[in-house]
Amino acid sequence: MKTVKAHRSWSLIIGLAIISTIILVALISWLWLPYSLDNTDGGRLSQPSATHWLGTDKLGRDLVSRLMVGARIALTVGFSAVLIAGVVGLTLGMAAGFAQKWLDESLSALLDILIAFPTLLLAMLIVAARGSSLTSAIFAIGFGMSAIIARLTRLLVKRVLSKDFITASRASGTSWPRIIALHVLPNIWPTLIVSFALQFGLAGLAEASLSYLGLGAPPPNASWGSLLQEAQATVMTSPIAAIAPGLLLVALVISVNLIADGLREVADPTLRRAR
Amino acid sequence: MNILEIRNLTITTSANVKVVSDVSLLIAPGARLGVIGESGSGKSLTALACIGLLPSQLSATGSVILGDINPQEIIGVSDKVLNSIRGRVASIVFQEPITALDPLMKIGRQLAEPLRRHQGLSGDALEKAIIQALEEVRINNPSRIATSFPHQISGGERQRAAIAMALACKPSLLIADEPTTALDVTVQSEVLALLDSIVSERNMALLFISHDLAVVGQITDNVIVLKDGAIVESGLLREIMKKPTHPYTQDLVKNALILDDALDIAKGGA
Repeated sequence: MKTVKAHRSWSLIIGLAIISTIILVALISWLWLPYSLDNTDGGRLSQPSATHWLGTDKLGRDLVSRLMVGARIALTVGFSAVLIAGVVGLTLGMAAGFAQKWLDESLSALLDILIAFPTLLLAMLIVAARGSSLTSAIFAIGFGMSAIIARLTRLLVKRVLSKDFITASRASGTSWPRIIALHVLPNIWPTLIVSFALQFGLAGLAEASLSYLGLGAPPPNASWGSLLQEAQATVMTSPIAAIAPGLLLVALVISVNLIADGLREVADPTLRRAR
Repeated sequence: MNILEIRNLTITTSANVKVVSDVSLLIAPGARLGVIGESGSGKSLTALACIGLLPSQLSATGSVILGDINPQEIIGVSDKVLNSIRGRVASIVFQEPITALDPLMKIGRQLAEPLRRHQGLSGDALEKAIIQALEEVRINNPSRIATSFPHQISGGERQRAAIAMALACKPSLLIADEPTTALDVTVQSEVLALLDSIVSERNMALLFISHDLAVVGQITDNVIVLKDGAIVESGLLREIMKKPTHPYTQDLVKNALILDDALDIAKGGA
């Protein structure tokens, strides 16, 4: 197959630039940090300076180092949760999309219940069962999102299956597995990829809320959510400690939104502007 | 031997409503049959039942036998068996070419699919066969069309491409379900002429479905008239036009004549 002709989408480029920066920072955090996370030599709540670019927290830990680790956590949760949601959601959604009557109806009812069930409550239950850890947060977010992906997939599959070109393809003797590979997946993909990208950002945000509530990664690992929570008490004296993780969360969500827009344009040839 | 034999075909919905009742028809190899009926008369469902493609909410009883050399019952047969005859023995052209083509796939690739599967072509031979198939439906600049997406070409070109796909595996029977209804009048007559000549050249049988007496009249003499899922009239179109027996057919003929008169008046006035 020929490769898809490169199509320039500014939103994709800008979104990818932001997310690559965050990914780069996260990768660096594994190899090198300005200060280790348990280093408290910086002095309490010191202001930004040459030694501590964004200052320190109330225990004297370097904020830049903690933010870098936060990037790593946000991305890990984003990727893992979307992976879980993708596998579970696609499987359930395809099954419901192809199923008839009672199987479809019972799967849809199950999905509706799952969607109505608050992710936060699910997270608390999982944390209660497994203890507070990053893995618990990932599973809670991943399963919560898989219901959303499944319902979207089911809808998209049903819509594609009702199209004449599926009947036309069957009329020329194409087998179901081939139809799925040739027609169903490519046609649901543009919408799904957008949803995956958005869910990726939402997963990062969800992790921040869980950490904010103390249900995320345990200390000394700092997620952007726990940084926000800690900065709350000292927001008047060192506002940067709250602003920095907040801005990073915003950057993450904006970048995935831009990427989602760009991907849709690239994946769907009918949306491309005439050149 | 007939290429298509439908006997007592009845199609029922899950709510037990009969949408097609007791339809029987025969098509000999190389013969043509027109099916006339308004929307909801069950003509498209009859067409889909011919190749076992009824929506899953509908169930069919009776008998549909397809093929003259290896006759095969269609009703109640697995997809695997059906896939070996679909496209090869019979294929179908739909009303809306824009929905009958995958919007995300280039025309050439869509055409390649049946050619590869049924004729085992690949590489250069496949490329050649794609261009040939497009040339046969008299598409100008076939190599451009082959590399275009459906939304990048005109309605007429799309329907020609859809016809090329249906003809790709050299079926003995072509089912055309309102193939010109969605097209402009000028394009419509071109596509009709195309269908007419290809079906004659290849000596194929044709089941031509339309709501339009005039369109059916251009392509075949033998017709059946469907109303509410049942055959209300059948025979030579000429005879039916002269002496319609069923009230629905009478209405149909009357309206066709009114349209004809209107055209005559317009011509006379010009």
